[in-house]
Amino acid sequence: MHELAITVIGPDRTGIVADVAEALAAAGANLTDSTMTRLRGHFAMTLICTGTPAAEAEAALAGIGLLTSVREVEPEAAATTGEPYLVSVHGADRLGIVAAVTRVVAAAGGNITDLTTRLTGPLYVLVAEVDLPPGRADELTEQLAVAGAELGVEVTLRRAESELL
Amino acid sequence: MRAVVTAPASVLSTVAAEVDPADPEIVELADELVAIMRASPGCVGLAAPQIGVSAQVFCVDVTGHPKAATTHGTFVLCNAKVLEASRWRPGREGCMSVPDLTGDVKRAGRIVVAGLRPGTGEAVTLTTDAFEARALQHEIDHCAGKLFLDRVAGAHAIYQRKVYL
Repeated sequence: MHELAITVIGPDRTGIVADVAEALAAAGANLTDSTMTRLRGHFAMTLICTGTPAAEAEAALAGIGLLTSVREVEPEAAATTGEPYLVSVHGADRLGIVAAVTRVVAAAGGNITDLTTRLTGPLYVLVAEVDLPPGRADELTEQLAVAGAELGVEVTLRRAESELL
Repeated sequence: MRAVVTAPASVLSTVAAEVDPADPEIVELADELVAIMRASPGCVGLAAPQIGVSAQVFCVDVTGHPKAATTHGTFVLCNAKVLEASRWRPGREGCMSVPDLTGDVKRAGRIVVAGLRPGTGEAVTLTTDAFEARALQHEIDHCAGKLFLDRVAGAHAIYQRKVYL
């Protein structure tokens, strides 16, 4: 089974998702996981598709006038065993906030599984979900506090709750 | 009347000092908070750090709000603490100090809060639920130097605000 990682980005307009999904469906590419959003007027899509060789998906997307990339990937490896945490950062925008914060998380063995940033006026906000090896949270909290102080931003690390109902 | 300060102002990220509720300046501050809250459309609570004063004082009034169940009218509390919290549930929050974003935050749906009334210094214990409980927790967080951004439920739990009151 071919598994494809596809990215599509272009100026936002009505019908982008329909155009891309239709082109992929016509090529026999089954859209499995995806995330799509508008970022400052650009519509960005990251898709995982199965069922079609990369060249066919690429050809199908060539005519829609958007910046696309298609790459064949290996199916998902085994799930991680870390503990889920949330990192929230907010403060005045400056160069290198994401780089500095994520480097500290990586150095503690934390794997970022989801991350969003927002810049609104002078305020920069970063929220990341992190899989952390057991027992590393206190140490990471201290290291994030140091990084936050250097950057002049507020950083909090909290355990993400995973409830079964 | 003082203006509402917005993030990333450092006063919003500073743990506010406890106050003497009988201090005439605190009584004046309490009146000012209520006046600004009433003058701000859609505002159901305002804490002193939001007008640049690092003091543990806030006002709340959720009267008539569709999500409110129990209401205590307009009130101001000094040095308030949450004594009991239960029935945790998610809800969308905005903040005058973060005017461009909203976020999903999990808060207790039923709380017991202790605080002091400005002027008399009378110790009060409030038991409340639903929207008033959420508003109280949001304001108590302000007094502790926390914004709703420090508590959002995940990387995709912050949103650009679309509706301005």
